[in-house]
Amino acid sequence: MKFDTPAGTNPIDRMKVVGKPIDRIDGPLKTSGTAPYAYEHHREAPDAAYGYVVGATIAKGRVRSIDLDAARQSPGVIAIVTAAEAGKLGQGNFNTAKLLGGPDVDHYHQALAVVVAETFEQARAAAGLVRIDYARGDGRFDLDKELKTAPLHGGNSDEGSESGPEHRTGKFEAAFDAAPVKLDATYTTPDQSHAMMEPFASIAAWKGDELQLWTSNQMIAWGHSDLAKTLNIPKDKIRFMSPYVGGGFGGKLFLRADAVLAALGAKGAGRPVKLAMQRPLIANNTTHRPATRQRIRIGCEADGTITAIAHESGSGDLPGGEPETAVNQTELLYAGANRLTAMRLAVLDLPEGNAMRAPGEAPGMMALEIAIDEMAEKLGMDPVAFRIKNDTQVDPMKPERRFSERNLIRCLEDGAKRFGWSKRNATPGQMRDGRWLVGMGVAAAFRNHLALTSGARVRLGQDGRVTVETDMTDIGTGSYTIIAQTAAEMMGVPVDRVVVKLGDSSFPRSAGSGGQFGAGSATSGVYAACVTLREAVAQKLGFNATDAVFDDGKVRAGNRSVALADAAREGELVAEDKIEWGDLGKKFQQSTFGAHFVEVGVDAFTGVTRVRRMLAVCAAGRILNPKSARSQVIGAMTMGVGGALMEELAVDKRFGLFINHDLAGYEVPVHADIPHQEVVFLDEADATVSPMKAKGIGELGLCGVGAAVANAIYNATGVRVRDYPITLEKHLDQLPAYA
Amino acid sequence: MTRRGVLTAGAAGAVAGGVPVSTSAERREMATMPVRFEVNGKRRELALDPRTTLLDALREHLHLTGTKKGCDHGQCGACTVLVNGVRINSCLSLVVQHQDDKVTTIEGLGTPEKLHPMQAAFVRHDGYQCGYCTPGQICSAVAVLDEIKRGVPSHVQADVTKTARPTNVELRERMSGNICRCGAYSNIAEAMAEVAGAKA
Repeated sequence: MKFDTPAGTNPIDRMKVVGKPIDRIDGPLKTSGTAPYAYEHHREAPDAAYGYVVGATIAKGRVRSIDLDAARQSPGVIAIVTAAEAGKLGQGNFNTAKLLGGPDVDHYHQALAVVVAETFEQARAAAGLVRIDYARGDGRFDLDKELKTAPLHGGNSDEGSESGPEHRTGKFEAAFDAAPVKLDATYTTPDQSHAMMEPFASIAAWKGDELQLWTSNQMIAWGHSDLAKTLNIPKDKIRFMSPYVGGGFGGKLFLRADAVLAALGAKGAGRPVKLAMQRPLIANNTTHRPATRQRIRIGCEADGTITAIAHESGSGDLPGGEPETAVNQTELLYAGANRLTAMRLAVLDLPEGNAMRAPGEAPGMMALEIAIDEMAEKLGMDPVAFRIKNDTQVDPMKPERRFSERNLIRCLEDGAKRFGWSKRNATPGQMRDGRWLVGMGVAAAFRNHLALTSGARVRLGQDGRVTVETDMTDIGTGSYTIIAQTAAEMMGVPVDRVVVKLGDSSFPRSAGSGGQFGAGSATSGVYAACVTLREAVAQKLGFNATDAVFDDGKVRAGNRSVALADAAREGELVAEDKIEWGDLGKKFQQSTFGAHFVEVGVDAFTGVTRVRRMLAVCAAGRILNPKSARSQVIGAMTMGVGGALMEELAVDKRFGLFINHDLAGYEVPVHADIPHQEVVFLDEADATVSPMKAKGIGELGLCGVGAAVANAIYNATGVRVRDYPITLEKHLDQLPAYA
Repeated sequence: MTRRGVLTAGAAGAVAGGVPVSTSAERREMATMPVRFEVNGKRRELALDPRTTLLDALREHLHLTGTKKGCDHGQCGACTVLVNGVRINSCLSLVVQHQDDKVTTIEGLGTPEKLHPMQAAFVRHDGYQCGYCTPGQICSAVAVLDEIKRGVPSHVQADVTKTARPTNVELRERMSGNICRCGAYSNIAEAMAEVAGAKA
């Protein structure tokens, strides 16, 4: 099915099942510990040996020699695979650095060997006996230093955020010089780690030249083809499965070392191998969100009209890598006749930078939405009013392109009312609650909508049960549930008559989970397959497909009504289709919007920040399941608090690694950090995006949160910190005297 | 089978009801230590590499994979189980330390068909997303309500000589050893509050 004209009325619009806040259908499995994750397929691979990863302990250089003798003689060792044993490997389309290094070392903790033994304990002990002699080379680890000579560089996050090396509209410099009110400020965001709870893990089992891999991956199709490419074997020799994913946040978009090493280890051992990347290796072995240095300039008329806006960002990555596209949203979020966005990319020898939840917008909005707050203060305007004044209903760089739906103003106004924004004192440092300096902050939320081709197969069984098969993944996003709701709505059956099977390369290729494109794309693919199945059912039962109504387990037209199951009486009916996208995304600017409101308390004595209240108001098209969608948003708000207050991979510039590479050193929010969170969805349905009329929500919820926290801290303290995370030492010596 | 028998056989795998689960030839060489304990009400006898953690004994040898390994270093709480009614990080203790202990894992609290009230509350309040930290969160949540009932004090209690009440701040403080990177905290607090209220 090609989606090339805006959706008219369709069966989804009934919203008898879609749009209802039903409990997740995978909930009983997840809460009882019976949902099988990558490392837990004991039944399928009962005799698996254990793999343990040996990571490089230099950032750059060469392996002179590897001494495996002691490790080989260690009890229980079955095989050890290094680059020498593995032979020539290919490199995946989505990988910047090799997943098995040696003799060249490209980054710290790059995998150099996998040790396979009978037990986990034996593999771990033997891995500790691998002796590697390195010739350590010089590396580039200092972003600020390398950015001084870094070239302009465009880029694409693979997740819907992209920008050119330099984009210009009008004459920025002249307009900025002429503006009566100006802001010119620099912001820094640190490297961040996805830190998903389930480590990267795989079980590999060979049968002759065919490989079965259970893994934890967001994008079955990408991982499947990159594994084939890396192992130099045909794709159809690999079955790539990921039915449950214990968090990804972009870290599991790509094939990673666990899958390759499990496959190589299993080949070497001659039996199945299971392997989980050790937690202390994850931050440096896998990908991270790159640090940024962002300069924002805004010029305004005295009445608050933006006349000039520039956003320039610099980031670093390994040779051949990509920039963090932190300027993308600034091309679209606010009006202004004269505009400039630019990105620079420095070459670094730190671990590979890549997509993390809302790549581009997450760090970009952390900077831009502080800048907007600063500008509003310079103008003496309320930051909500300043944003509303500079709203635009068209793409500011291509005014002929309208936004398909843009309800940013409603999000801001509705949020301000609900949050009690009028009680905020615009003068910072004035509100007290005992020892706490109290402040409120606001930020806009913005993230583009993206759609990918997505397929599904739908079966109507003889028992009337509907089974959906697609390689879509559920990474905590609720895919199982919204896909069941979609199929139930289309086929006119209750949700408990739908079975959903996900995450298997033997199923039709879907969009996968990333870039907040998963929900809209994957359910549209299921919609397309269901339309085909409805036609088959109608034909079987002697109805005209266009007249037939599917409802209550029956198909009816006129006075005739037949049980849906009757269509499959002689045998299961199977339909497969995919959704493909026309050019509506080019004709319209399709984006999602929101407003974040945050209240913080800053301890006047210690400078510690506690978040007291949070509200997000979101406009993201139709909400397919308000319960799981709300969870996506509160989770993103939580990650935003982490980015604002604590998350930072600390770079050791001498040795070229992230030094706080475990869950004790890399701090993420815990229960005590997060108050009750409110989320409101505006009632929307965007007919230009898909037959589901739904856009994504999982990344929108993160965009702007950090800045809303930062702005609240400023409102509480009067100290403006432009360097994330806002830890207490950055403002402690400037806090107002305690009265 | 006697403990000596287990040692002689050298079976690394579980011995449930006297039937060795695993007796592969290679594993016979391994030096093992026996342990007998109760898991989810069932007597279990194992003879394992003494380096084996309680977590790996549960996951790899008893195939109770509901208990998760997130970090293996006591940093995340995904491996939380109840030992003699008290929650611990099962990655931080060796299985041989648990002779005669009674261990309850997530599988022992309830099943998909018959969920424990805390499990059901997590489903109702969507107190999870990816589900990986969830068993640990639920085991901790059950233990926290019990700790409050038993008068175990916490850092946020105004008066540690009095029994705490299951307030939002109290629950959040006591749950802070269980990380949820998906950020379901707000919903977990609501699920716990509902169960605490129903009990009170």
